[in-house]
Amino acid sequence: MDIHEYQAKEILASFGVTIPRGGIVYSPETAENKAREIGGSKWVVKAQIHSGARGKAGGVIVCNSPLEVAQATDKLLGKKLVTNQTGPQGKIVNRIYIEEATDIEKELYLGLVFDRSSESIMIVASTEGGMSVEEIAKEKPDSIIRSKIEVAVGIQDFQARELAFGLGIEPELVRRVSETIIGCAKAFSELDATMVEVNPLVISKQKQILALDCKMSFDNNAMFRRDKVSELRDKTQEDEKEVYASDRGLNYVSLDGNIGNIINGAGLAMASMDMIKLAGGEPANFLDVGGGATPEKIVKAFRLITMDKKVKVILVNIFAGINRCDWVAEGIVQALEKIEIKVPLVIRLAGTNVEKGNKILKESKLNYIEASTLEEAANKAVAALK
Amino acid sequence: MSVIIHKDTKIIIQGFTGKMGTFHAEEMIKYGSNVVGGVTPGKGGQKHLDRPVFDTVKDAVKNTGATASILFVPPAFAADSAMEAADAGIKTCVAIVDGIPSHDMIKIKRYMRRYSRTEKMTLVGPNCAGIISPGKSMLGIMPGHIYKEGRVGIISRSGTLGYEAAQQLKNLNIGISTSVGIGGDPINGSSFRDIIEKFETDDETDVILMIGEIGGPQEVAAGEFAKENMKKPVVGYIAGLTAPKGRVMGHAGAIVSAYGESAIEKVEILKECGVTISKNPSVMGDTVKSVLEKI
Repeated sequence: MDIHEYQAKEILASFGVTIPRGGIVYSPETAENKAREIGGSKWVVKAQIHSGARGKAGGVIVCNSPLEVAQATDKLLGKKLVTNQTGPQGKIVNRIYIEEATDIEKELYLGLVFDRSSESIMIVASTEGGMSVEEIAKEKPDSIIRSKIEVAVGIQDFQARELAFGLGIEPELVRRVSETIIGCAKAFSELDATMVEVNPLVISKQKQILALDCKMSFDNNAMFRRDKVSELRDKTQEDEKEVYASDRGLNYVSLDGNIGNIINGAGLAMASMDMIKLAGGEPANFLDVGGGATPEKIVKAFRLITMDKKVKVILVNIFAGINRCDWVAEGIVQALEKIEIKVPLVIRLAGTNVEKGNKILKESKLNYIEASTLEEAANKAVAALK
Repeated sequence: MSVIIHKDTKIIIQGFTGKMGTFHAEEMIKYGSNVVGGVTPGKGGQKHLDRPVFDTVKDAVKNTGATASILFVPPAFAADSAMEAADAGIKTCVAIVDGIPSHDMIKIKRYMRRYSRTEKMTLVGPNCAGIISPGKSMLGIMPGHIYKEGRVGIISRSGTLGYEAAQQLKNLNIGISTSVGIGGDPINGSSFRDIIEKFETDDETDVILMIGEIGGPQEVAAGEFAKENMKKPVVGYIAGLTAPKGRVMGHAGAIVSAYGESAIEKVEILKECGVTISKNPSVMGDTVKSVLEKI
């Protein structure tokens, strides 16, 4: 789960990271007042969307008066911002963060992620802040320094110190930089984060260490014990169909093609999408109804797929194990009594009681194309497009 | 003797009396697995499915001599249950449950470092289908009847894609020595490399089919291990050719976030390691067959 910049800043501030003064607004009317409340003579108006690279997309505006702050807020609110991370449809701006401008002396990069090789938390830092970590890795790989946190004991002071000295921080500022690194590491560990990024972490002309832009992501599997974090979810930043799916216990990812598919199991779903691609088609989605493929889930899956106007063919591929094909077939027949399908439907059943399952489908009034192997299913789905 | 479990392996069910635990315990018993009892804290002393229920794993081990366990407990309690099994002397623990936080998985793995290599429990999963040695024992939730007895070892992240492979092999009249589902989570108990190493020394396995997917370093690590250390042939398939970068594809671990984690990159690296690649998921069986014919 992703959260907004201002939410990440509030969390990190509570772990001892210093952030510039700022506040959130939802309307231009309150923006002017908020700017005065924050004080100073220069402000930055930042569109809050779940994406990086907002600056390049015009989502960050520097203002020299409270009136300009109001105008900038008005300009950004309700707008769809398209960045290199949002896809062509962009993301809607519903919240604006207003922040006092910072006189930047130096920009650093600080990121924390799970490292799957060492199964620990990896801190990545660089003197080249302001660029994406991918760009840093490509253009200034030598500037990157790393440190692994032993999760059983948490981050140690010496690790933070080593990183700070490694970044070439002047001695009198090392303590503050260390505290910032430790704060981020503690937030990561204590809140079930999967990513914390402060980019840039700046040294201001006034020698303050400030987190100028922050990003945090969290482990969806841990939300049962993170009430406060899960409240920060902003569904307006997610694909509408993906929200519908996640609210109903389905694993769904919206894609660009036109063959909709309903499959049980994530691996089999990916494999079926691969077959569609190899057969010359493009999948419209990834959809895993779960290993069990219960009739309830199948109804929900058909509802979801029929919401997607791109879909020109639907491919159902169920490998029935403990749940039998005859039971799955009954589920499909029941689902399609409730939901009208206007596009060709290809069904492939496999596994336990496959003959019985296919018999039930054949004897129903269902208009569909039968397939017996993965390959045949994909070929027939692609052929049905024409 | 088959890898990890064999015919007489004594099995206990953690979360025995719950709905999931009961259903799958019955399936395992029907298959012929040697289920000797189970654990549900607070229900010790009762009988369930004609077998004793214990309050703690230690009690169960002491009274039944169990060496294997399978977890059907909710995600929030799964880490605790796995550590309890490790501490009670269980040698093989399968965690079926989907949804364990990554931080908890790391905790389990750190906790298990307190045991010496020979004392350490083999944890398989979470978010997996479990282990089956056809005709001998099933410590999992798979449909046992699609697995024919034979000499192919399967390791798969995905449950249903592993079933697909077993079915394809059965249709070609090829059997399986043991199939291990290692699960779709980013941090898991046993990696491809851990299991492939066990198959190399297994005298009942001639060829290994490794079914991987996008995300993480494990498929490549197994390939590199195979290149350096293995004599038995390895066949591989990687799912997720069409997966966009940075999106989680159902399995928490199926996300491309670094170089070498996409399907195309993994396939290239595995080929260089001498792994025979199944060009699509519909020919996993045929690819294994062609490799078997060359042995």
